[in-house]
Amino acid sequence: MDLLLIFLSAAIVNNFVLSLFLGICPFLGVSNKTSSAISMGMAVTFVMVLTAIVSWILYFIVLVPFKLEFLQIPSFILVIASLVQFVEMVIKKVSQPLYRALGIFLPLITTNCAILGLALLLSMREYSLLQSIIFGLGAGAGFTMALFIMAGIREELELTDVPKPFRGVPITLITAGLLALAFMGFAGMI
Amino acid sequence: MELTIIIAIATMGGLGFIFASGLAFADKKLRVEENPLIGKVNDVLPNANCGGCGSAGCYDFAVKVVDGKALPTGCPVGGEETAITIAEILGVETGTAIKMVPKILCRGGNSEAVKKMTEYYGPISCKAMALVSGGDKLCFYGCLGGGDCVEACPFGAMIMNENELPEVIEEICTGCGICVKACPRNIIEMHPADRNVFVFCKNQDDPKRSKEVCSVACIGCGICARKSDGGIEMVNNLGIINYDKLDDSKIPFEKCSTGAIQKIGGRNIPVN
Repeated sequence: MDLLLIFLSAAIVNNFVLSLFLGICPFLGVSNKTSSAISMGMAVTFVMVLTAIVSWILYFIVLVPFKLEFLQIPSFILVIASLVQFVEMVIKKVSQPLYRALGIFLPLITTNCAILGLALLLSMREYSLLQSIIFGLGAGAGFTMALFIMAGIREELELTDVPKPFRGVPITLITAGLLALAFMGFAGMI
Repeated sequence: MELTIIIAIATMGGLGFIFASGLAFADKKLRVEENPLIGKVNDVLPNANCGGCGSAGCYDFAVKVVDGKALPTGCPVGGEETAITIAEILGVETGTAIKMVPKILCRGGNSEAVKKMTEYYGPISCKAMALVSGGDKLCFYGCLGGGDCVEACPFGAMIMNENELPEVIEEICTGCGICVKACPRNIIEMHPADRNVFVFCKNQDDPKRSKEVCSVACIGCGICARKSDGGIEMVNNLGIINYDKLDDSKIPFEKCSTGAIQKIGGRNIPVN
């Protein structure tokens, strides 16, 4: 029950993108096609879960016992950067088109605040390893869902007659705002 | 205190070492072997990454050519020479490509187009002008004269003449088509170099207004279309040439009162 709550909280109620406003840049950048949105979501989820595991081990096994908590941020960044590099290699090996579709946003996962936010949150909340993994999974699922919803709306928007001054970025930002508004409906449920 | 610094350095260094060796190992295992031909083809391409071929940059084009998804002649910038070299590398026939050049389909420079009562003070850039007020000229469709195309040309093949209209130096032009994208009014179009009949206007106003805004506008009278046997069609007060059906001997160029339709290299109609 506890784990389910953590998952739902990270995925829906405190959705990383639409409630905490973390990781907005790929949310706007890679959300013009549902297919690449899902792949980006998968890549981010993968990095999130791995980050949750590695940073939990690093923080609670190495940093805390040796009183090195002040190294938290640089060491987490190191973890994330290496993991993103690893994911980039995997994607390049597995799917070249996907690698090109994600483009610059793939290495940009490194500085995605959603991921560092995840690592910092789980150390702050002192989750157990299992809870951390579930937390990372939930956050990744929430991120993927937000990206997918956004991409779906934007694909429809392509076909609609948007007033000229709103075309492109403005309507995208308005859509994102309305989505965030909708997610506010979940606030306080858990 | 010193101990803390040493421990911190050692920790970060150690972590860095662990992750770096992990990545080095992963790189060995996951390295993607690519076709060596791609690199060879990429080397002979101009590497301007202009996108004139329709691919996202020269490397992407090289990949497509090697895969057989694009023709060696696909690079408009490299021209025939590059096509032959690529064909040699791949051991295939070249085929022929006709050079495409941009045509500026507006003759409404400073002296022909009628100016607004107001003056434009702002960045001299067509994009900015198109966004805020449409620049100095009354015409909604014509050249803004801001020179975005001249600036965008990576090969220096465009200049602004005294009349503030851009001109293409076709000998230098590589046909990459970047200028076409740079123009917010879409007055630049790519055409085969041997094509010589064009409607040099994009104005879709009714005859009255188009006469008011510019002395060389297509006023939509339709004289050229009536005699053309389907070679020219009138769409929104503007003559659109259908090059497949065009027979230029049937077009009464001298009847066009503003000289909007012209045959380059043919008789030049003086503008009244």
